[in-house]
Amino acid sequence: MARTITYREAINEALAQEMERDESVIIMGEDNAGGEGSPGEMDAWGGVLGVTKGLYHKFPGRVLDTPISESAFIGAAIGAATAGMRPVAELMFVDFMGVCFDQIYNQAAKFRYMFGGKAVTPVVIRTMYGAGLRAAAQHSQCLYPLFTHVPGLKVVLPATPYDAKGLMTQAIRDNDPVMFFEHKALYDLAGPVPEESYALPFGEANVVREGGDVTIVALGRMVHTSLEAAEQLAAAGVECEVVDLRTTSPLDEDTVLESVENTGRLVVVDEAHPRCSMATDISALVARKAFGALRAPVEMVTAPHTPVPFSNTLEDIYIPDAQRVANAVKTVAEWMR
Amino acid sequence: MTDTVERKALTREQLLSAYRMMRAIREFEERVHAEFATGEIPGFVHLYAGEEASAVGVCSNLDGRDTIASTHRGHGHCIAKGVDVSEMMAEIYGRQTGSCHGKGGSMHIADLSKGMLGANGIVGGGPPLICGTALAAKLKGTGGVSVAFFGDGASNQGTTLESMNLASVWNLPAIFVAENNGYAETTSSTWSVASDNIADRAAGFGMPGVIVDGFDFFAVHEAASEAIARARTGGGPTLLEMKFTRYFGHFEGDQQTYRAGEVEHARAELDCLTRFAARVTETGELTRSDLDAADAEVAATIDRAVDEAKAAPMPTEADLLTDVYVRY
Amino acid sequence: MTDERIVAVTMPKWGLSMQLGKITGWIAAEGDDVSIGDELADIETEKIAGTLEAADAGTLRRIIARVGEDVPVSSTIALIAPAGVTDGDLDAAVAEARAVIDAGVPDEAAGGPAVEIAEVGGRKVCYVGTGQDGDVVLLVHGYGGDRNSWLFLQEPMAARYRVYALDLPGHGTSAKDVGDGSVETLADTVLGVLNAIGVQRAHLVGHSLGGAVALAATARDPLRVSSLTLIAPSGFGQEINAGYLRGFADAQTRRELKPVVGQLFADESLVTRQLVDDLLAYKRLDGVEAALHTLVGTLLDGDRQRTGSAAALAACGGEVPVTVVWGTADRIIPPAQAESVAGAARHLIDGAGHMPHMERPAEVQAAVEESIARAG
Repeated sequence: MARTITYREAINEALAQEMERDESVIIMGEDNAGGEGSPGEMDAWGGVLGVTKGLYHKFPGRVLDTPISESAFIGAAIGAATAGMRPVAELMFVDFMGVCFDQIYNQAAKFRYMFGGKAVTPVVIRTMYGAGLRAAAQHSQCLYPLFTHVPGLKVVLPATPYDAKGLMTQAIRDNDPVMFFEHKALYDLAGPVPEESYALPFGEANVVREGGDVTIVALGRMVHTSLEAAEQLAAAGVECEVVDLRTTSPLDEDTVLESVENTGRLVVVDEAHPRCSMATDISALVARKAFGALRAPVEMVTAPHTPVPFSNTLEDIYIPDAQRVANAVKTVAEWMR
Repeated sequence: MTDTVERKALTREQLLSAYRMMRAIREFEERVHAEFATGEIPGFVHLYAGEEASAVGVCSNLDGRDTIASTHRGHGHCIAKGVDVSEMMAEIYGRQTGSCHGKGGSMHIADLSKGMLGANGIVGGGPPLICGTALAAKLKGTGGVSVAFFGDGASNQGTTLESMNLASVWNLPAIFVAENNGYAETTSSTWSVASDNIADRAAGFGMPGVIVDGFDFFAVHEAASEAIARARTGGGPTLLEMKFTRYFGHFEGDQQTYRAGEVEHARAELDCLTRFAARVTETGELTRSDLDAADAEVAATIDRAVDEAKAAPMPTEADLLTDVYVRY
Repeated sequence: MTDERIVAVTMPKWGLSMQLGKITGWIAAEGDDVSIGDELADIETEKIAGTLEAADAGTLRRIIARVGEDVPVSSTIALIAPAGVTDGDLDAAVAEARAVIDAGVPDEAAGGPAVEIAEVGGRKVCYVGTGQDGDVVLLVHGYGGDRNSWLFLQEPMAARYRVYALDLPGHGTSAKDVGDGSVETLADTVLGVLNAIGVQRAHLVGHSLGGAVALAATARDPLRVSSLTLIAPSGFGQEINAGYLRGFADAQTRRELKPVVGQLFADESLVTRQLVDDLLAYKRLDGVEAALHTLVGTLLDGDRQRTGSAAALAACGGEVPVTVVWGTADRIIPPAQAESVAGAARHLIDGAGHMPHMERPAEVQAAVEESIARAG
């Protein structure tokens, strides 16, 4: 029914369609057009990996390049949101959150609560995350658990082009501050995406594969890794159910619990570091609310508790792969008291 | 003692309004100071007494199109921008009837309907936000301006410096008001600010920088009026540096052993209300009885605010969980 | 094939874009004697699950396609042959078929005929046509459906006719604005598509709301319609499953939608996860929710069905031969309402639900082709 486009194109399309529909939507970020003040062409990059390409010319005056001043322009996006705009600001790499986190977690996240319900801050902050491009320690982190931890923020991690467009559309229309996480290794992933506009609700996990033996809860790029593992395991007679969380805040607890009630076995696959992560969050959720259904301890497949290494061989070990997921599934499938 | 600053002629109504507002801030802060000592007010309060001319001198030039952001020392800016005094007092007492329904407290009083983007518990938290509201006003063509009040401490915070640069680069209708009251907590601004004046930094950010006697309402009003006009007409941002002193400690409870007598001197010789009164009565623009009537009115308003706050209900357990999101 | 008595059972083409099917289970076993219409295997495609019925009679001598493997459309998946055919010949045929299956779908395989776009009343309307030169048939889906509702019918009928299926406004990939959402407005679309196709006369087949729409189009211009086949049409009686109509429009999640959609079928196992996901994705397109709610207003008056179809039928003045098809296990509109379709030939499909063209496509196809033939 729908044509096939990439994850990157899907996000671009969501931005374009929403900017078309609502003139209060503006874009800002480092090189989001590219070329500001320079002698050559404008819209030179359209974002460092091209996600916002073409929007500068299509929507004059609404795509703003910024100086390298995250706290100023992320803060400005937030301030503009309180004043009736719907800004989509880019924090180029989530690894840069350190220089502007206050504006996000102390200002945007807390306005509505601190001001007694009298503020609306409809800002979207897009950011790239994830390892796999040999970008090394300061350009490869996940860090979404830190944002998930903060009340007042919403945290979104699409795994597919269809989800990317629908969740970005929702993020822009949403009246709360949204952190929109784009995995840099997924930009070229192609998939079916309707041409028309559509919004996917937050707090709805997607069961991307049904299976009765083991539940795999995954997010972002790890959804694909888990599906790869599930294919391998199916040949060995183990049927996995793969649940893509899609959003960590709000979190669809019901879908996770329903699946574990059915299978009794859980593997959580999370590319973030293992302490205070989504893996531990889901594990605790299931231990508390589906304890009776569990037939084996929960297994977590995560990155190690190290910074992201640079060298090819090391980074490939760092990132959870299908084999590790399959091993974890076999462990819970075969576990006996 | 007369002022040497030339001033725009203000109407009788404007002068009375300015006086009333400065008096309101003074009374509010003095009263909070007294009440805080009884132990009934929860948390921290940071009092603005002594600095009234800055808030009122700037805000008397603003209207409904304009936005301000403030600091942890925000009561003065709130009152000057028209936030309801009773609601403010109730908020400080943590009552459900407060401006923020008791969820914010002294450091987070805000009223977006009055263009008051909030007092802010983070030093330097305001300037980036004000770049945003200025951007919104520019894109929407409202003619509105945005004012970031910040202290000498915040003048060293990266967010402030970045915001000044961004406001210039984007040519935003923004005014940066550095309220240099001499101290960032216990350390003096002459020590912590590397340049001789905060205003000296303006050139580094491509905007005009103006030093203003922060005790002189008329000087502030004049300088602000020029900066605001510049911003409104697309001339970009300005940095104003108010020089004055705060009458109370960094927070209530501060023993202020780092100070050495300047407050007594300021109250006696430099006080903005005293100077204002002297000047307007000298020129005959207002009479002493005008000012006394205003004083009495303000006193009654503050009394009522405190009485109402003390009698108001506390928030309930249900209030704990509300308004985290518009819709989760 | 070496021995001409060997009859190939092939992977059917359900829907114009289907390229692969997966056997989820064999119902018949090697050695079984099968008659025409017997169920042979459960098949799942990207879009839907269905049951393959035998098109030939004989002994099922070899099963070739394995459960769970993807098989290209038209590949041989089993062999029917009489006892006289040698094992050697059968094995050779199996090997040949296996090679085709293993080769998979060639890269240049087309995804089906191109979607065409017409503009009717300022709205974009999509439709797809396939088949032979000759009589034109236009298939009109019902509430919440789209041109793919006909996926078991369009391709097989294309063997003898030029078969078109459109997306009504508010559905599929057509514009989602339904205007007043009235049957008349939707009928404009049907006539508009006939104009776009450039055909003066066509056979109309309409399902549910699409039946009322096809009827309204016919009443407007009876000379344009050679025959009218109504499958469980709306508007012929007051009774209707209002809960289904509202439930479909209101459902926000897969959890809410699945049981609602289940009511459409006698055999709820047809409701695959993919089907529900596709419907959910459709419902989430901008404008669809509003369109569906408008159409609920078109269909319902309170909890009762609006009954305009009998009058529309009368307005056709008996000019157009009408056939009505209904599943006896229809849980949306009671099959008894078939009696109210005055002067129509009647085909009741035993045990089928509200979507007989999906549950029992061969029988519906037969009824439609008979209806077309009667128009002579």
